[in-house]
Amino acid sequence: MTIQFNDETFRDDYSFHNSDWAIKRFPFPFHEDSYMYAVNMEQHRGGPEGSVYEKRFDVDEHYVAEMRDRAMVLADDPLRCQSLPHMTLAGWDLLELIMVSKSEDYPDLFELHRDGDQWRWVNKPMGIDDSFTFMDETTLPYGPMEYITRQTQGDFCVLDQREDNLWMDAGIVTTQADWSLDFDIGMNFFEWHAPVPLAHEKGIFVRALKFLLNIQQGAPARRLNWTMTVNPLLDTSPENYHKWGIQKTTLTPENIGSKQHLRVELQTFFRLPRSNALVFPIRCYLCSFQDLMTMPKWGRRLHRVVRDLPVELATYKGFIDNRPMMLDYLSQFDDGLPTSPGVWPDFDTEPPLQK
Amino acid sequence: MSAAPQKAKAGAEKIEVIVKAVVPLNDLVTRFEFERRGGALFPPFSGGAHTVVEMQDGERTRLNPYSLMSDPSDRTTYAISVRRDDEGRGGSLFLHNHVKVGDVMTITFPVNLFSLDLRAKKHLFFAGGIGITPFMAMIEQLEHMNGNWELHYACRSESLGTYVDVLSYKYPNKVHVYYDDQKQAIALEDLLDGQPLGTNAYVCGPKGMIDWVHATASAAGWPDANVHSEEFLAPAPGEPFEVRLCQSDKTITVGEHESLLEAIERAGVEAPFLCRGGSCGQCETDVVSYDGDFVHRDHWLDDEEHASGKKIMPCVSRFVGKQLELDR
Repeated sequence: MTIQFNDETFRDDYSFHNSDWAIKRFPFPFHEDSYMYAVNMEQHRGGPEGSVYEKRFDVDEHYVAEMRDRAMVLADDPLRCQSLPHMTLAGWDLLELIMVSKSEDYPDLFELHRDGDQWRWVNKPMGIDDSFTFMDETTLPYGPMEYITRQTQGDFCVLDQREDNLWMDAGIVTTQADWSLDFDIGMNFFEWHAPVPLAHEKGIFVRALKFLLNIQQGAPARRLNWTMTVNPLLDTSPENYHKWGIQKTTLTPENIGSKQHLRVELQTFFRLPRSNALVFPIRCYLCSFQDLMTMPKWGRRLHRVVRDLPVELATYKGFIDNRPMMLDYLSQFDDGLPTSPGVWPDFDTEPPLQK
Repeated sequence: MSAAPQKAKAGAEKIEVIVKAVVPLNDLVTRFEFERRGGALFPPFSGGAHTVVEMQDGERTRLNPYSLMSDPSDRTTYAISVRRDDEGRGGSLFLHNHVKVGDVMTITFPVNLFSLDLRAKKHLFFAGGIGITPFMAMIEQLEHMNGNWELHYACRSESLGTYVDVLSYKYPNKVHVYYDDQKQAIALEDLLDGQPLGTNAYVCGPKGMIDWVHATASAAGWPDANVHSEEFLAPAPGEPFEVRLCQSDKTITVGEHESLLEAIERAGVEAPFLCRGGSCGQCETDVVSYDGDFVHRDHWLDDEEHASGKKIMPCVSRFVGKQLELDR
């Protein structure tokens, strides 16, 4: 299908919106009526047609607007994109992975023409047509990682692998759930996960690291993570907390349906061939509560998950203060009926709301 | 999304290849060059990566890891160089005696357990015998990046100096060769002493050489993290023993010349693995109960884990005793 790109903003007037298509394919993260951390990895090799899992790098109706927002964040704060000197090769790996994937998966939107080291990249939605020499940084307007990730939705962490650990040695991070690349740059896997509650005690990170170190070429993996965001903000960074943190207090029973968003990250993991680094794209999807409630199953389930979430997690995810108001709203959409297993909305088979 | 933890896979993704050249290099070593079946390009790889070669030797499937030694930037060819081991378990003999140009074979995607530390200001390589192979690819990779490297290569004799000619010709100032039969030896202490800060050392060769480099570097004050090594172990033969696999509800007997992992696979039980040489950790298996002694040979588990009786690496380790039960 041809994608109609939205003209929308993720700041100021917040004109961001999801079409019916985007709501239906939203990566709802709860496969049952409760939530606890799990490593929950699976292979990233396609998925149901039209779902966000189908392509290696999903492109949707928010693409052009998200790239505009990223450019604004970078103009204000260049430290959102950093690459330590030894990570340039991994940057080329990433550029190649994305260009090859996108041109194969979306031939109507992206083209890659290669003649030895002479490459031509065409990005139609963004109006880009650049020729350059592969592995020669001087032929691109930015470093290879920055060049391609200014044209790709989602944050990117490029992790060096050494000493049986992963190191946050490069990345571009402008759509994050309250963490900072500038703070984490150079840290290892355990250092940058230190603030996460409960998971360390459960041994989650030791197992997750073992899994990630063994991700091999040709066998990418994925998982979901989630949090809550008031207003459709992509840039919920610690650097800008003074701007967006206060917005959490603007929630009222009248506006919560449109202002409160479930924020889901589709995290994928690819081994990069030339550098042996690991790239960790973190793609953010936002959906307002009122849009989620159009799927009766998601309405029932979201209420139960938010209600039963341990206090530590609701605190860490930053919505403990607003939880009572969320539950007042969400309880209207929970009639107590059972829900079908799995994450899919099952709109045609699940009963409509019985109250 | 199933949101369920995923089972570790058995082995890396596979690639079908055609043998495009078999090049004897000396009395013991032969190079096998592969092209991808169907004419597609190979995936790029990083210097130090290996591939696991699948060999159909009669009834028996052999899976042996070999370092990729071709230029990583050449995506038309993957090459391995194999030393014939007349006393070994037969993988190298199968390659030397039965594999010929035009044969179709299956190999895995590259897996790198011995990669360059790209932060290094200088890369100092120590190779012993057939241990030269990963460095062949690393050197080409570094040459493309203008990397700073130096090779010290110990061989048994001039006639068994695999790739000495090509290396000395291309890089006369960076390659230093030592022949055992001429009583030449690497002056390791002096070499380690004179390196600029930020140098990383890499060693691939016989176990004695690896231990020597680690110990000497450590004594000279080198950080452990700056000294890298790779040694693939071949599973050693031993007395047959019986194992109960409790998840699969099967009892198997591990033969004298097969590994525990091979016996598990022969019984039709899928078990995770990658390197099959005791290095990668992928086949780590929990011990449910035992009465006897483990013969641990891997580089993965630490001494404490070896002593605990709770884990075994079935690709290279064995068991002697009355009874063993595994969570597999």
